Amino acid sequence: MRGYLVLRVIAKLLIPFILVFGLYVQFHGDFGPGGGFQAGVIVAAAIIFHALIYGLPRTRLVVPEWVVETLVAAGLLLYIAVGIASMLMGGGFLDYSVLMHDPVHGQHRGILLVELGVGISVAGVMLMIFYMFAGRSRTPDSEK
Amino acid sequence: MTTTLINTALLLMMAATVIGIVRLRNLFAVVILGSLYSFLMATIFLVLDAVDVSMTEAAVGAGVTTVLLLSTLYLTKSEEAKPSHTPILPLAVALVTGGLLVYGTLGLPEFGSPDSVIHQHVAPRYLEQGPEETGVPNVVTAVLASYRGFDTLGEVTVVFTGGIGVIVLLRRRWRADRTRDHK
Repeated sequence: MRGYLVLRVIAKLLIPFILVFGLYVQFHGDFGPGGGFQAGVIVAAAIIFHALIYGLPRTRLVVPEWVVETLVAAGLLLYIAVGIASMLMGGGFLDYSVLMHDPVHGQHRGILLVELGVGISVAGVMLMIFYMFAGRSRTPDSEK
Repeated sequence: MTTTLINTALLLMMAATVIGIVRLRNLFAVVILGSLYSFLMATIFLVLDAVDVSMTEAAVGAGVTTVLLLSTLYLTKSEEAKPSHTPILPLAVALVTGGLLVYGTLGLPEFGSPDSVIHQHVAPRYLEQGPEETGVPNVVTAVLASYRGFDTLGEVTVVFTGGIGVIVLLRRRWRADRTRDHK
């Protein structure tokens, strides 16, 4: 979309706000609506928007494929790590109450970390699926 | 009253969208109408006070899925092939299944009724004790991440497996294409 000046400028203006909104939905999910799943797809949608306007090769420079691949696994690993951490600290698997001295604080901390894990994994998977689909082209040599 | 009016209008628009999807042969238009359908669905979720679901539907259903379908259309033909047989049997199956589903809803408790079974089991405890036990005012988050933490772990694992499956299916063929080009 090289010629579409309006789209390019608007996208440049909008993408930071979409990303900040994604972070808001992520970390404010314990007070308002939202949480990991929603934040993950919003962040992924912002990056896909970037790819639609500026083209996949340039998005691959901003968010390389290995980063996305790492995110896919990192979110799930963070979730499991919280569970194992609560086991090591004397509770059951995913029993957040033992994470801090105060059980309520522990719960809060655990929920925040677990939701972050969900968000990272969902954003990674959404982006990865998009990269895989959009990266396939009719002619093999325009792949890069 | 207002809610009923809004819901009826939205559902009518959804029905019109579906009829459009069935009648159209151009797949590009079908994908865009599908996106419209998802947006209407997200609005209905919003009216039903399910804001979390609404956000997901708007972002995934209307946004990401549409982009994925469009990128698939780019690789295939964008015109639907003419059906080779009359659609009477599929129509009959759809009507019978739909009729049975509607018949099934007659046995459900009334919509939003506080006496229904799911509101009698653990839900009251979550609503009463949730904010004190977890320190999280949003009960949805508390249930999702804490009380039902195992379920959510399972869900994330499903999402993860889906992503890995797409990588395995699509990337291997892509590599094969490349090595074939080099030879």
